[in-house]
Order: sequence, then structure tokens, then C-alpha cells
Amino acid sequence: MSSAPNPRPPGARPGDTRRPPATARPGDTRRLLATARPTARLGVGALAGAAALLAGVGLTATAAWLIARAAQAPGVLTLTVAIVAVRFFGIARPVLRYLERLLSHDAALRVLAEARARVYDRLVPLAPARLGGQRRGDLLARLVADVDSVQDLQLRILEPVAVAVLVSAGCLGLVAWLLPSAAVVLGVGLLLAGVAAPLAAGATARASEARLAGARARLSTEVVDLVRGAGDLIAMGAAPARLARIGERDLELTRIAHRAALAAGLGAGLASLAVGATVWGSALVGAGAVRSGRISGVLLAVVVLVPLAAFECLAPLPQAAVLLTRVRRSAARLFELLDATPAVHAPAAPVPLPEAPYPLLLRGVRARWTEGAPLVLDGVDLDLPPGRRVGIVGASGAGKSTLVAVLLRFLDVEAGQVSLAGVDTAELDPDELRRVVGLVADDAHIFGSTLRENLRLARPVAGDAELLAALRRAHLGGWYAGLPAGLDTWLGEGGSQLSGGECRRVALARALLANTPVLVLDEPTEGLDGQTARALVADLLDAASGRTVVLVTHRPEGLDLVEEIHQLRAGRLWPVSRREMGGGFPVGGRDR
Amino acid sequence: MSRAEPRGRASPVDPRLLRYAAGARRHLLVAAGIGVATTLLVLVQAFAVTELVVRPFAGQTGSAALRGPLLLLAVVVACRAGLAVAGEVAAHRAAATVKSELRRGLLAHVVALGPSWLGRQRAGELATLVTRGTDALDGYFARYLPALVTAALVPAAVVAVVSTQNPLSGLIVAATLPLVPVFAVLVGMATRARTARQWHTLAALGGHFLDVVEGLPTLVVFRRAKAQAATIREVSDSHRRATMSTLRLAFLSSAVLELVATLSVALVAVSIGLRLLGGGLDLRTGLVVLVLTPEAYWPLRQVGAHFHDSVEGLAAAREVFAVLDTPLSPGGARPARPAPDLRRTTIRLQGVQVRYDRAKAALGPVEASIAPGELVGLVGPSGSGKSTLLAVLLGFLAPTAGRVVLETPDGPVDLAEVDPDDWRAQIAWVPQQPWLAPASLAENLRLARAQASDDELVEALTQAGAGPLLARLPDGLGTVLGERGAGLSAGERQRVALARAFLRRAPLVLLDEASAHLDEGTESVVAAAVRGLAGRHTVVVVAHRPALLQGVDRLVVLSAADPAAARTGAVRGERAEPAPGGGPDRGAAA
Repeated sequence: MSSAPNPRPPGARPGDTRRPPATARPGDTRRLLATARPTARLGVGALAGAAALLAGVGLTATAAWLIARAAQAPGVLTLTVAIVAVRFFGIARPVLRYLERLLSHDAALRVLAEARARVYDRLVPLAPARLGGQRRGDLLARLVADVDSVQDLQLRILEPVAVAVLVSAGCLGLVAWLLPSAAVVLGVGLLLAGVAAPLAAGATARASEARLAGARARLSTEVVDLVRGAGDLIAMGAAPARLARIGERDLELTRIAHRAALAAGLGAGLASLAVGATVWGSALVGAGAVRSGRISGVLLAVVVLVPLAAFECLAPLPQAAVLLTRVRRSAARLFELLDATPAVHAPAAPVPLPEAPYPLLLRGVRARWTEGAPLVLDGVDLDLPPGRRVGIVGASGAGKSTLVAVLLRFLDVEAGQVSLAGVDTAELDPDELRRVVGLVADDAHIFGSTLRENLRLARPVAGDAELLAALRRAHLGGWYAGLPAGLDTWLGEGGSQLSGGECRRVALARALLANTPVLVLDEPTEGLDGQTARALVADLLDAASGRTVVLVTHRPEGLDLVEEIHQLRAGRLWPVSRREMGGGFPVGGRDR
Repeated sequence: MSRAEPRGRASPVDPRLLRYAAGARRHLLVAAGIGVATTLLVLVQAFAVTELVVRPFAGQTGSAALRGPLLLLAVVVACRAGLAVAGEVAAHRAAATVKSELRRGLLAHVVALGPSWLGRQRAGELATLVTRGTDALDGYFARYLPALVTAALVPAAVVAVVSTQNPLSGLIVAATLPLVPVFAVLVGMATRARTARQWHTLAALGGHFLDVVEGLPTLVVFRRAKAQAATIREVSDSHRRATMSTLRLAFLSSAVLELVATLSVALVAVSIGLRLLGGGLDLRTGLVVLVLTPEAYWPLRQVGAHFHDSVEGLAAAREVFAVLDTPLSPGGARPARPAPDLRRTTIRLQGVQVRYDRAKAALGPVEASIAPGELVGLVGPSGSGKSTLLAVLLGFLAPTAGRVVLETPDGPVDLAEVDPDDWRAQIAWVPQQPWLAPASLAENLRLARAQASDDELVEALTQAGAGPLLARLPDGLGTVLGERGAGLSAGERQRVALARAFLRRAPLVLLDEASAHLDEGTESVVAAAVRGLAGRHTVVVVAHRPALLQGVDRLVVLSAADPAAARTGAVRGERAEPAPGGGPDRGAAA
């Protein structure tokens, strides 16, 4: 596989220690396979692979026959066929193998494309409420890696197993034809190396993975603690003691790995023993057959040497068994997520969107994220007449994100009502509601694409002039002037990196293009320093003038710019006077 | 395909792996020993198998004739199985040991690099690097290195033995073997050139799905979510075509490798067959050569097959090395001078400036002095570098320009020459967002002074205004604080940190007032605590609100550190203010 690019997308890191591994259920692996819908190409690839290995066996068999027969000094003509066969097999093997790899990789990539599209279709109704909260980034990266595991399932598990079965059958057939008793020896050897050794490898991997997971989680917690507390620990001279403690956790991990090494070694020894014992047994049985005249000395050479080539097809199986435990977990995690009930139920016969203006009214709204979870909103009342600017504050965990989710209809309310221009929003198609209510999220995604495409997402018909106007209103005019390729500048992954503030402003420009009468600003200042934060909020509110604005934040910056402030506490909104919010600004940090 | 751009051919063994991990050095020796033994067994096995065919062929089918070779083969098989076990165990253990060495080395280095470096890293990523990031080394040690060692030994041994049996066959093998690496390198170079050309296309297409999935919430907001499945199919298909065009070339490398191997075997078989026919060779020699020839190519094919393990393993190790190679300080060596007694030392900041990058200074330049026993207030707008200045005083950050001079009774000493641990032993620091370990309150407090008694802990808590907090906690000092000290409010956390500062009994106290909202109660508690400390210690307090500035001996005002200020070279001076509450012995010695 020298320097063969692995068709896994960049960024899908295999290691995530934070999410506990889902329990593997065999049914999930079948479902993953069904999602993938294997194509006939994969079968053709496996056939080519088996043919390649059988050509290798053929090369050994014909070469052995050729040499043994030549020793009997027959005429050259007797050997012609064997000479041609040896050369044919010598060329066929690499050619077939090359074909196999191309066919099977092509098939696996096709299967992956299909699996991705199907998984995506099932993700859409779950977004965003069921796609994780704080850890959404990790969860989704993990999900993409899990979908990719369908490739491993095809290329590194199913195909090697199919090839191993075909080649083993071919070899057994050949040897049985020559000498049935030698076929029995070969059969036992193949079972030992092809079934017992991989099963042992798989079981060992499962057992040590389970033990390692716990030790790893404990180590990870300690490391995160050390990193977060490094300043305090170093200042107090307590870091060496911490490092010593982590060293102990580390030793625990190493001890588990050392125990697992013995099991892995026994598996490898078993496979090696199976090959050797088969050759030994074949020689013993073969010699007896020669003595009793059942086979000639020439065929004995074939019977003894074929096993050496036959076992090659079993080499990838222990790896496949180990991989299978991983693929099972991936499948379980994937379907655990995909099987979630959507948080929003679109009405079967939605009411058409009412006419503007759009006053938004919340009355006695109760909401929770999942059934059985505690109520996050418990009787929220909020009036949003057109053009009103409202600030929502609250400690983290008070339910601000839940309120945003309800306003955008990412989450259905359990009781109470959200009404838009007099219509219960539950009766609207959620997408119709989002024509009226827009969002600038703190984690608004900048896609790996051009600035133009990123903006047009909000309004596919927008011309460049409109896009530029939106950028200017989001106060990105200066930034835009410095861009090398203007609207064609590549953003996001692999593109120019935006600062936190620039990201929010691009997101704002996008929201302005969508031109929704109601705009929700969710933690727009998260991660920004005080002055930048206030300037940003001022610009956001300025750009959104004329719209209803809900500013949701846990920070004080910009709250002096809204008309009323509510605090979210104990699941309800409580009005806050501006005086209570005043003060506490950094010395010199206020510019008015 | 990793996130990084493709780079040039890497050496199969990274010298840093041997430098940073003693386990890797040991394992190379063990692997070499196992490799030598395996090579011998491969040769002996070929002769034993040959005898088992040749003797019956010659009519010697009696058990007496076969007993010798059968016994020999049995011994070889048992030994090879034993070596397989030993090799696998050694490789896995070496991987585990090396990973452990790298992990511990990494963490020790990270701590040595200090909080200012750590502040620029993500805790989660570092934890992943430590716990799983080195796992790719498993394949490197368990599969690639053994294959590499075998490839270095077996082909040469086979050529030597085959040459003694039949020089022509030895020549064929010796001539074709070098073709394998030559073609591998040629195809590899062509593939890399092509991959490099297509890199951005491949990366963009390959990352598309992740990008769309991560952006799904945004797509939902703009009602564009449902339209994407078709795009995903389309882009995945383009990605498949681009990948396959690269793979067609990349797979050629191993195809050529196999072609050389199988064609050589065929060539050797046919030439031996013809020689046998001519009577120039006996069957025994012919069979030994036939059995041994594939063994010469097999290890090279294994190296090719496990090349990916090497690439991934070394890439993982390089991530660790990238951290390990970060120099600790510009000078390199750790300063070892004992710290002067801070109770009799004036700290003088001379043109101290810190910049993380060229464009913008994070601090200064600052001129100031802090005399023993003074209460110094540090004020300035957000971003002017107040916390950065404290980091400099703590020795977390070295000034990029200027210096911190310690004026001791025995003459001036540069802080850069002082052992940082010894220096920090005399400092108590209350950061803006104090870190609390997920452990009991007592354990958290004893981080400041391990041998403190329970009574002392309670006293420190009382001094820090945390008496009511202690009374409220269900298990008192034994109450376990949640992750990141959850369950305590920001004010309460600050009080626990203050208690730590009291416990520490350090001559210099650095207090970074939280700029976030502290309730009125905490604000006055902090102010009172500062005044309590000020009598007996030197106190530098970063203050956002006037309450804390009452009674300071000295006020250091920082202005926004911006490029303009740095350009004009304006001296950000200190402004000694009359000390309303200061005693006659704590005069402003500016």
C-alpha cells in the first residue's frame, strides 16, 4: 500500500476519548451494511482477489511439479505446458491483484457515497436538537468517522473473508484431488489459522479495549485537569505531585497493554504453528501415500509445497477480527444517534404563513429536551411586538439555549403556546416559520467554500451587489477590502481563517441577507474580549434596525443598547431593571 | 491522508523516537535478535522440507529415512511458533512502553513549558494526544518494524544460500531484488507528485461531508438542509473519481513489487527445471532453491503492505515530538540561581514588554517598582496587559523586551536567572478564574500548603470570608467540589482561592480580581482580605473597581498596549499616588 492515499476525509480523527463507547449489537453491523447497499463490483473485486491468490498457489504447484518432473528427465515436450503455466501464473497474480484493489476500492467509495447520503437524510430531521449540545463538534466528527467505517467493513473485513473462503476451498479441492488424506491435514490447519486465530485476536482486542477504555478515561480526566489547572498548580508548586499521580495512572494503562500483548502473541504463535504443522503433516501423510503407491513422488512435491502458498490468504483475518469489534461499536453509535426521535414534529397539513407584521407571543411555554428530562422552561411568557429589542440574560444552564431552540422551532413546546401573528407556530411548517425568525448562532458554521457561497446560502438568488451591501451592514467593509480574491475568497476548512468576531459578523451578514423580520442573536459575544464584544453588539443591533431582536447572552456587554431585559431563572423570565445590570464594566472599558 | 500537506519521504525510523523513548532503542535490539533467529529458521526449514520431498521421491519412504527431517522440521516449526509469540509480545510491549514514555515525557514537558504556553492549547486536544494520539504507534511497532528488520536480513541470507546451491538462481534473485525498492521509489515519487497536485481538490472533496454535517444546524436555520443529500452524492462521486485516479498510480507500486517477485520465482523455476532436465543439477538443490526464492521477496512485500502503519505511526509520533521540541526558554537551559528573599527585595520592571506576535504588544513597555510590604494597585483598560504583567511576575512569561530586576541587599539580580520554582515558592497567586480540582475542599486548599492542619484550613477560609460557605457545605472540609468547581458561584470560588493565598504565607501576593460580576458581598470580602494581607505581605492587586483601590501605596496604570503606543515608545509610567491609608514605613519609594 505504499503511499496509497486513504480515502478517509481529512479531519476525521479516530480518537475521541470523551464519548463513552456504545454497546455493540450485531444487528447494527447488519444495518450498517444495509445502509451501504454493497454493489456487485465488490463481488467482482473479491473474485479477482481470490483468483490472484489462487494464481499464487498455481505458481507454487506448477513450479514444484515442473522441478520434480524434470528430475525424472523426461523429454522437454513433457514440460512445455508446465513452463507456460508457471510463467502465466507468475504474471497473472500481480495483474489480478492490481485489478482487485482498483475494483474493491472503487466499490467501497461508491458504497461510502451512498451511505453518507442516506445517513444525511436521516440526520436532517434530528438537527440540531438531537445532535448533541456542547459537544456537538466532537459528536459530528465522530459520526462522520463512524459512517466511514462502512469502508473498513467492506474492504478490510468482508472482502478478505470472502477471498479466504474461496482460496481455501480452491486449495482444498486441489489437494483433495491429489491426495484426500493430505486435504484433511490442510483443512485442519486452515481452520486453526483462519478461524481460531482470528477469533482469539478479536476476543483479545475486545477484552483489552474494554479494560483500556476505563483506564484511558481516568488518565484523560487527570490530563485535562492538569492542563486546565496548570497555572494554579505550578504557582503553588503542586505540579510535580500531580505529574507523579498521572504517572501512576499511566502505569495502569501500560500494565493492561502488557497483558494484552501476551494474548496477541499467542494468536500469532497459533497461526505460525498452523502453517508449520500443516507442512509437517502433509509431508508425513504424503510419504505414506508414496510408500503405498497412491501418489507419485512428483505429486508429493506439490502436496507438501502447496500449503506454504495456501496460508497467505489467511494473513489479513486476525486484523479483520480486531477491526470488526471497532466497526460494531461504530455501527452501534451511529444507529443510537439515528434512531433518536426528532425533537420537532411538522404538522401533516400546515397552515400557510400569515401576512406581516409578525408579533411573536410566548405564553406559558414549557419545554424539555427529552422525555423524562427535567423541565428547562417552565412557564415562559414573552411579548415581542414588531421592532422590539429584548435582552435575555441568565446563568449558564438557566435555559437560554432552550428558549432559542423554541423560538427557532428546533424544539417543540410541551405545553403553552408560541404564536406568530396570531397563529400557533405548531401549526406552521417549521421551515416556513424560519422565513420569519432568523438566528445568528454563537457557533454559526462557516462552510469550506467561497465567501459568496457562504453568503448565498441565506439567499441563493442574491447578486453580488446585495452580498456586498450585507457585508457593509455587518461592518465587514474594511475586512472585505483586504480580501485577496474578494467574494471568491475561500473560507472555512482549508481557507483563510476568520477571527471569532469576523465569524460572527459573516454570520450576521448571512442573517441580514435572509431578511427575517425577527432576529435572534445567541451569545454573539462568546469568546470575545470586552471592548470587541460591545462594539459587535452595537453593530449587530445597528445592522438589524427595524427588526425584532432577541439578544440572548450571559455577558453584560451591549445590554445597555436593548429596550428591555429579562432574566431567565428557574424556568421563567423575570424582568430586570437596567440599574441592576449596570456597573462592573472594566475600568476604562466603557466608551460612553 | 492526514490534514497536513504531503511531505517528503520520511526515514523509516525517526531518530527522535530513539532519543525520546529508551523503550524504542531496547526494542530495536530485541527485534534484530528475533529477526536473526527467524532468518536461520527459514533457511533450516527449507532444507528440512526439501529432504521430506526428496527422500520419498528417491524411494526412501521408510520411517528411518524420514525420522531425521521430520524431527528437524518439527523443531523448526515449534521454534518459529515460539519466536512468533516472542516477537509479537515484544513488539506490543515495546509499543506500550514507548507510548508510556512519550506520554509522561510529553506531560512533564508541557508543565515545564508553563501556563502561558498551555493557555494557547486546547485542553481536550492535548488530552486526546496524550491518551490516544500515540496509539498509531502500535501498528508501527507490531507490524512495520518487525517487517523492516526481516527485510534487512532474510533477502541477503537467501541470496547467499541460494548462490552456494545454484549460482545462476542466486544471480537472478540478486539482480531482481533491488528492482523492488527502485520501482517502489519511482512509483512513489510519481504518486506523490500527483497527490500533491490534487491535494486541495482531494482535501476539499474529502472533507465536504464533515463540513455539511457540522454545518447542519446552520443549514436548518436557512432552510437549506433538505437539498444537500444530492450534493453529497455528487461530491462523494467526484471525490471517488479523483481518489481512484491517484490510486491507479499508487497501486502500481505494489503491483510492480509483486510482479518482480512472482516473475523471478517463475524465472528461477523454469531455469532450474531446464538445468535438471539437462542433468546439471540434482532435485535436492533444485527444490531448496525453489522453496527459498519466494522467501527473499516475501519480507519486502510485507514492508510494502505495512507501509501505512509506518506513515501513521510516525505521523502520530511527530505530533508528540512537535510538543517535545518546543524549547523551554530562549536560552535553553533552566536558570538555577536561588531566589532572593522577597521580604527584602524590591522588584523593578525596566521597560518590560511582552508581544505574542509582531503586530501587537500584549503588554507595555512598563516601568514600575514594587517595594517589600507595599500594596500596589494595577489598573488599565481591558487588553492593556494586567494579567500578562502578573504572568511575568510569576515567571510564566519571559519579557520579550526589557527585564525584571530584583534589587536585593546584595545587589541586583535579573529574574531571568532565578530558578522559577524557587521564585514561585514565595508567591501566592489568586487568578481571575481560579481552578479548583475535582477533589475535596481540604485537598483543594492543601495544594497551597500540603502540611496545613484542618484548623489552619478553617482559619484561612474564615480570613477569606468563606466561613459561611464552609458552614453551608454538607461535608464541611471533606465536601467534594464538582468538575471545574461547579456548585460554587464565581464569588465562592474566588474566596476559596483567597483562602489558598492566606494558607500559602508567601511574601508576595498577586491578586487578579475577577472582571466578571462578583456580588457586592464578595467585592467587600475581597477588599477586606486585601487589606488584611497588606499589613504583612507585598500585595499586587489588579483592580477593576474602586473598592479595591482604597488604601493602595502605589498605583500602576497600564494603557492599551497597541502598535501606536509601541511605535512612539511612550513610557507607560507609574503614577505614585498619595497613600491615604499607608503608614509612615510604607512610603512611596518611586
